[in-house]
Amino acid sequence: MDFHLTPDEQAFRDEVRAFLDELLPPGRHPSDPEFLSTWQRRVREKRWVGFSWPREVGGGGGSIMQQVILKEEMAKRRAPALGTCFMGLAWVGPAIIEYGTEAQKQRFIPDILDGKVQWCTGYSEPGSGSDLASLQCRAVRDGDHYVVSGQKIWTSIAMWSQWMILLVRSDPAAQGKHDGITCLLVEMDSPGLTVRPIRNMSGTSIFAEVFLDDVRVPIEQRLGAEGEGWKVTVSALAHERSSIAEVEGLLRKLDELVELARASTKNGRPALDDDGIRRRIARFETRIAAMRMNGMRFLTKQLKGEPLGADTSINKLHRAALEIEMGDLALEIQGSDGALEKEIDGGRWQRFALSWPEVVIGGGTPNIQRNIIAERVLGLPKD
Amino acid sequence: MNFGFTDEQELLRQEVRKVLDAQAPMAEVRRLAETPEGFSRELWKQMGELGWLGLTIPEAHGGAGLGWVDLVVLLEEAGRSLLPSPLIATTLAAATIADAGSALQQARWLPRLADGTAIGSVAVLEAGDRLDPAGIQMRGAPVGDGWQLGGEKRAVLDGAAADLLVVAFRTGDGAEDIALALVERGAAGLRIESTPSLDATQRVARVHFDAVAVLPDAVLGTPGRAAPVLARLLDRGAVAVTAEAVGAAEQAVRLTVEYAKQRVQFGSPIGRFQGVKHPLAEMYVDVESFRSLLYYAAWCLDEGDAETTRAVSMAKAYASEAFSRIGIDGVQLHGGVGYTWEYDIQLYLKRSKWVRPTFGDADFHYDRIARIRTEAA
Ligand SMILES: Cc1cc2nc3c(=O)[nH]c(=O)nc-3n(C[C@H](O)[C@H](O)[C@H](O)COP(=O)(O)OP(=O)(O)OC[C@H]3O[C@@H](n4cnc5c(N)ncnc54)[C@H](O)[C@@H]3O)c2cc1C
Repeated sequence: MDFHLTPDEQAFRDEVRAFLDELLPPGRHPSDPEFLSTWQRRVREKRWVGFSWPREVGGGGGSIMQQVILKEEMAKRRAPALGTCFMGLAWVGPAIIEYGTEAQKQRFIPDILDGKVQWCTGYSEPGSGSDLASLQCRAVRDGDHYVVSGQKIWTSIAMWSQWMILLVRSDPAAQGKHDGITCLLVEMDSPGLTVRPIRNMSGTSIFAEVFLDDVRVPIEQRLGAEGEGWKVTVSALAHERSSIAEVEGLLRKLDELVELARASTKNGRPALDDDGIRRRIARFETRIAAMRMNGMRFLTKQLKGEPLGADTSINKLHRAALEIEMGDLALEIQGSDGALEKEIDGGRWQRFALSWPEVVIGGGTPNIQRNIIAERVLGLPKD
Repeated sequence: MNFGFTDEQELLRQEVRKVLDAQAPMAEVRRLAETPEGFSRELWKQMGELGWLGLTIPEAHGGAGLGWVDLVVLLEEAGRSLLPSPLIATTLAAATIADAGSALQQARWLPRLADGTAIGSVAVLEAGDRLDPAGIQMRGAPVGDGWQLGGEKRAVLDGAAADLLVVAFRTGDGAEDIALALVERGAAGLRIESTPSLDATQRVARVHFDAVAVLPDAVLGTPGRAAPVLARLLDRGAVAVTAEAVGAAEQAVRLTVEYAKQRVQFGSPIGRFQGVKHPLAEMYVDVESFRSLLYYAAWCLDEGDAETTRAVSMAKAYASEAFSRIGIDGVQLHGGVGYTWEYDIQLYLKRSKWVRPTFGDADFHYDRIARIRTEAA
């Protein structure tokens, strides 16, 4: 057991830190557009966008350890994202690199890296959420095209995207429900495709319904073989790493929560002096540390070349609970003002307390994570 | 970065498991729990020969000179078996002597603690049940160059079997005026009273001091300056108990999972029902999580890392809370048989009741974590 970095890893960390010191000196507000465009240009030059991807496709070829260091240092400084095509970088790109043809790689990967496009993910349907493999959106082969009809829902950022990775049922007669599913890459301005934004509980719109009415998709935009769509997407989602960057984000949130408790009063005293509140905060801190240490253990497995399996569900459950409970404690600390829209800090905590579903529901619900652990790790019968 | 065990550590785990499966299967553990002494002297001797008792004792004194990460491997397996033995007590006494004892004290005691010819323990806790230095109220009365001790120590692990006690007492009114001394079994004025535990695999005693003499050569380190030594002792204690808790809690989950796979109701193994499988998944999440925290805490102890206290508190807080719930849910998910003497799951529930307060419960440790965080800011 050894938590020290090797000299090479240390050198890489120092390189990242020096870069951050230069671009993000303390007090610098990282949200003006000019800064953001410089930032994106500079991190792209460093090849830190798509850092885990092979250098042949334009990625950075970073080792697993380097990826962790990079993410961790970035998160510690609350640096802007590395690249702007979020879903392209997170799973569409990895899926194309693994299953795409040479032509597809050349056509799609550079734009994802350069942030020239936005991708969205058309998996969920009104009748198929947790049970994604029951999806009904239909694709019928017509010459060198697929003709697609059906509906998608909860499609995040569909209204700002140029492309969508889409799961369709190409063979309704296939034996298992995971068979007969195909993955297509679809242009959002295709005739017959309409997007209708959905307003969420925090009042904003980040996801949408997508209607497909005889949308024609050329076969060279099929990713992987026909009927292999399930494999293509499952393996792409497995590219999610060991959650060490999420830990840094939660720690920053915890710092803010402590400051909020320090600045607020409860029973005429600083809320931070209240035993109940102190213990709840310490409990969060402990859960976050557990996530970090779990992540380190998973990382050690990955470095030895062992598969992660269902392990990532452990930290997903922790994260879900933390996102909900931390936001909730913040409002509780604020007392009656906590129930007001923008009385404190411009409503920052209110927005936080209303946005947990993005993490808790968006990435597979806690019950589904519990099923995964119970069935795949503990070997209990499927329900 | 490597958060895994070495090949040697994996071998140690296999060896321990093999020996305990053969020598201390559950039937034997249950038998021992009913004997007056509560553990097997024969197995204890064997543990000494195998080098388990001296694992963290320096090689110069007959130990293996290994660290707490290695010890964790041993204790996890001991916890899995609910092994009744003065292993933690003796290890803590030895570690404290190695930490603060003179060359003479070390040469006299460590080899005997390493081979098991002497059993050690630590006497810290008093009636107020407080683990901080202020909780040490037993006042040493100066007599000549030494001291005289009067009062009572509680929850002394394996006190009845101990040949040697490391005793914490107070030398002055200052919060940190703490001393540690070695008191031998049979010392005049020392009376040891067994206090039966809920968990019969775990023996504790109340130790009465009636003008017990402590000569200068029995004091560990500088009298009145031992608060940091005591703090390290308590951290080690919390790590040791958490390590056994990982093994025990994991086994409680395993027993319950096995039961849920074979018990059929409503025409289906009960493990298919989410009201059963989801709590089991949560138990697994908890065990894996406090296991991770424990490994980090043990590593910090070995490195003398500045994070040690915080890391230890996180592991013990999480373990205290989670193991208690695992014990209760484990029994509940067994239904009626969970309530029987015959089924083993109840033994794990009882172990969780011992683990929870020992070396600090969740609130004690959460308070420490909160203090570290708010004082640092
Ligand atoms: C903010 C946000 C962004 C999203 N972005 C996208 C996106 O970009 N693309 C996309 O394709 N999808 C997206 N989703 C959809 C998301 O993947 C689904 O919402 C999620 O998989 C759950 O499906 P559902 O909403 O149909 O709920 P359901 O599956 O109907 O679940 C409802 C409840 O029933 C429980 N449940 C369901 N099945 C079981 C079971 N077997 N055992 C126990 N409990 C069960 C669930 O845990 C949940 O609590 C997004 C969702 C959110 C909230």
